[in-house]
Amino acid sequence: MEEVKKKRNRKFSKDQWTAIAFLIPSVILIFIFVYGFIGWTGYVSVSNWNTLVPDFSFAGLKNYIFLFNDFRFQSDLRNTLFFTILFIGFVIILGMGIAVLLDQKLKGESFFRNIFLFPMALSFVVTGVVWQWLLNPSTGFNQFLSVFGIKPKWYTDTNILAGYEWGSIEFGLPVAIIAVVIAAVWQMTGFSLAMYLAGLRGIPDELREAARIDGASEFQIFRRVILPMLMPITMSVIIIMAHISLKIFDLIYAMTGSGANFVTDVPGVYMFETTFRGNYYANGAAIAIIMLLLVAIFIVPYLWNSRKGDN
Amino acid sequence: MKKLYGIMFLLALALVVSACSSESSGSDGDSDSGESAKEVEIFSWWTGAGEEDGLLALIDLFEEEHPDIAVENAAVAGGAGTNAKAVLATRMQGDDPPSTFQVHGGDELNEGWVAADKMQPLNDFYEENGWMDKFPQELIDLVSKDGNIYSVPVNIHRGNVMFYNMQVFEDNGIEVPTTFDEFFEVADELKAAGIDPLALGDKESWTATQIFENVLLGVLGPDDYKKLFEGEIGFDDERVVEATEKFGKMLDYVNEDHVSRNWQDSGQLVANGDAAMINMGDWAKGYFANDLELETNKDFGYFEFPATDGEFVVITDTFGLPKGIDNPDDVKKFLSVLGSVEGQDAFNPLKGSIPARVDADESNYDQYGKDTMADFQEARLVPSLAHGSAASEGFLTKVNQAVNIFVTQRDVDAFVQALESAAPEM
Amino acid sequence: MAALNIGKILKYFILIFLAVIFLMPIYVILVTSLKPLDEVSLESMWALPTSIDFSSYVRAFTELAPNLLNSIYLVVPATLLSALLGAMNGYVLSKWKFRGADTIFTFILFGMFIPYQSILIPMIQFLRTIDLYNTIPGLILVHVVYGLPITTLMFRNFYANIPDQMIEAAKIDGANFLGIFRHIIIPLSITGFVVVAIWQFTNIWNEFLFAVTITTSDNQPIMVALQNLSGSQIVQWNVQMAGALLAALPTLLVYIFLGKYFVRGLLAGSVKG
Repeated sequence: MEEVKKKRNRKFSKDQWTAIAFLIPSVILIFIFVYGFIGWTGYVSVSNWNTLVPDFSFAGLKNYIFLFNDFRFQSDLRNTLFFTILFIGFVIILGMGIAVLLDQKLKGESFFRNIFLFPMALSFVVTGVVWQWLLNPSTGFNQFLSVFGIKPKWYTDTNILAGYEWGSIEFGLPVAIIAVVIAAVWQMTGFSLAMYLAGLRGIPDELREAARIDGASEFQIFRRVILPMLMPITMSVIIIMAHISLKIFDLIYAMTGSGANFVTDVPGVYMFETTFRGNYYANGAAIAIIMLLLVAIFIVPYLWNSRKGDN
Repeated sequence: MKKLYGIMFLLALALVVSACSSESSGSDGDSDSGESAKEVEIFSWWTGAGEEDGLLALIDLFEEEHPDIAVENAAVAGGAGTNAKAVLATRMQGDDPPSTFQVHGGDELNEGWVAADKMQPLNDFYEENGWMDKFPQELIDLVSKDGNIYSVPVNIHRGNVMFYNMQVFEDNGIEVPTTFDEFFEVADELKAAGIDPLALGDKESWTATQIFENVLLGVLGPDDYKKLFEGEIGFDDERVVEATEKFGKMLDYVNEDHVSRNWQDSGQLVANGDAAMINMGDWAKGYFANDLELETNKDFGYFEFPATDGEFVVITDTFGLPKGIDNPDDVKKFLSVLGSVEGQDAFNPLKGSIPARVDADESNYDQYGKDTMADFQEARLVPSLAHGSAASEGFLTKVNQAVNIFVTQRDVDAFVQALESAAPEM
Repeated sequence: MAALNIGKILKYFILIFLAVIFLMPIYVILVTSLKPLDEVSLESMWALPTSIDFSSYVRAFTELAPNLLNSIYLVVPATLLSALLGAMNGYVLSKWKFRGADTIFTFILFGMFIPYQSILIPMIQFLRTIDLYNTIPGLILVHVVYGLPITTLMFRNFYANIPDQMIEAAKIDGANFLGIFRHIIIPLSITGFVVVAIWQFTNIWNEFLFAVTITTSDNQPIMVALQNLSGSQIVQWNVQMAGALLAALPTLLVYIFLGKYFVRGLLAGSVKG
């Protein structure tokens, strides 16, 4: 450690300055485009700008208070929570499962891999429309499922599972959100699959061999050897999927819109509509700030952790 | 090492490409800097089949008459105009208005851009062109605030139309209903016959809001309907409650999977006979006739929404003259083409709407167009709520939310309450 | 042996089952794109077209072709620039750590998570001020900036796997900061560039919100043109689906031909999250 420090100090003269100079353009750009604009949004969120004409007079927390009492926004928070949990869960399970299967040196591996990667190449808007058709209660998959006497209502279902009164809404799992989760999982599983596949390739065969010689079953090898080694990947998947999930907009906008009784509404959709259709700029900015805080809840501990890991 | 050179080469290529593209776009993008005063930038959200053709025909006509003025078609797609409105709002706030832009007549114009003091009055311009008696007075009122006229209407769509499957009506021996009672009777008969009486696709809630506004009009009548949105009648009026109850009752007769459909998907139910009727703005006619290839007055017919006979819910696209543009005279030339008989007859047959002028040439239009043009001259005109004419867009956003909740919860008191609390934002 | 075969068959069975489910939406897109509009309906979504009709493709292609070039002008420089800047940042932040380097990394990374709708208005006003509104370079700038966090993250993790000893040895040989970057780091990170490029290419190609709000008519990239195919009231789904497939072709080709590198590069980039 001491040695490294010395070297660093010695080199600080020229190369270290070049290094910092390399960073400066990015830092300036990020400072303006991210922090400057966040600051501006924060400023709008405490203003009275809820008409076409900008009105920057100070409104205090009025817009936030409105939102937290709003049926639609309360629904959004509930939906986002369940969507995020289910989406991340399925992307991890399915991605890991298929990766383990593909890692068994089966024939046609690259063929299958490309099939699972394919949805990532499509835009969310197209995915949204197709899944809207596929999960339509009167056609789509239900044409097959009805043979077995099953007829789920998918995203038209207005039921809230295990619901109880909370604020002005019923808190529980909105059944309709499951349909949206299916579409999102279909699109993003390829990404986690590729990551897990890469991770599995990185585990040396000797480790498994050693475990096999010790008499461990395949399942035990998976649980005791492979799973722990995949932990860092799982962390990456969670972070990347969490930020997609909390920001999600296009998919839901194209697939279900807000849904009956706002069962599939999310903050991204509400923000877009209230700002650009209703001209409630300050309310929209407040939603954006809350979304940002939600993301921060996920990301700050992660960043904190990875910093600790590095040092 | 070879790879490294490869990357360097790619990077060099990237820089060249971006330099090229900046040059090419630099020469197109001059409209912003105002260097070329002889250019009219027309801002709209008309990008789809039909509507885009109409707009281009209009531009062609203009360029024929004024070859010295260049036209830029600045259309912004998506979200039924929402994206366009977002772009427009930021441009107007940055004091960089387009030469002229599409805006619905009514409060979207009056309570939006006119109230924001961004528009120039066009009274003299109307006089010069002799237009005062060429548009119906109630339509001119719709694009006026405090006695000043602010935009030129180019087309008219009608919102209180019921389209119906003629075969289904015939098979069940059903007559066109003209009152709410008749409608509910008919609906019961159809339901008994296993047909969904009313098709609805409220994936986006404006379709349901549209039914609600028509029920309101039917219950209140045109004068009180207008008064309601002018704030002279409160939303606590018992007739609003009555309309809400009727609206709720109508929702009992819609297809079960209504949330999963958009209006086109629900139109298909009527087209293939699974449902009997649909309330939709008359752009649905274009969808039935051109896209589904059904024959007007044979496969599908149309009648006025129950209890709104002799009334005409107007949805009109208009173009105005923003403040702070460099070449108002050129823009006025465009607006005078837009408001002329030739302009309107170039645009509307392609768009599938009817002209806003009362003296356009009927022979350019199909039977539906002719019928509607006749009604347009006779009927009382009222602004549409669902399309931003009767009230501000802020209010409309809240009404759409309340409708969305009502469709599921059917709580009349809560709905009326929500309307009342949103009313100050009208 | 028999047990092994049964296991293998079971594995194939599961894979094929999943693959079929994954392909169903693709089937629907494909079938719809080949139908005339009056055959497109929710009820007959599974049905094959009565006759194969390529007119939607013709229509979609003529509408999309002018904007294809815009997309290429946009995606190529934006991808390369954001990859290059990301590589530089990653290099500095992993191999030339200084006091506060981690804080700066955190500071950059957070940019990945902002909801883009929220910064739309100030961004348009900013671009207007610097005269880049409604230009492809303006759009490139935006995509480079918002691509920086993820490219920096990927390259930083990628470079963390390159042993410090290599750098130290090069320094002893007298190589300076730039020399090491050019002669050691870049050649070692070809796979890293591929992954980052694939990721950025797909994202920028498919991005819609910035494209529609920053550019108008002649300058719009292909995804906006795709949206333009649908009107304000009527959507022709057959043309829309044909257009979607056409617009997805470049990304699709990238995945098929570079898919192997993608996985390989992810291995280097993300294992150390």
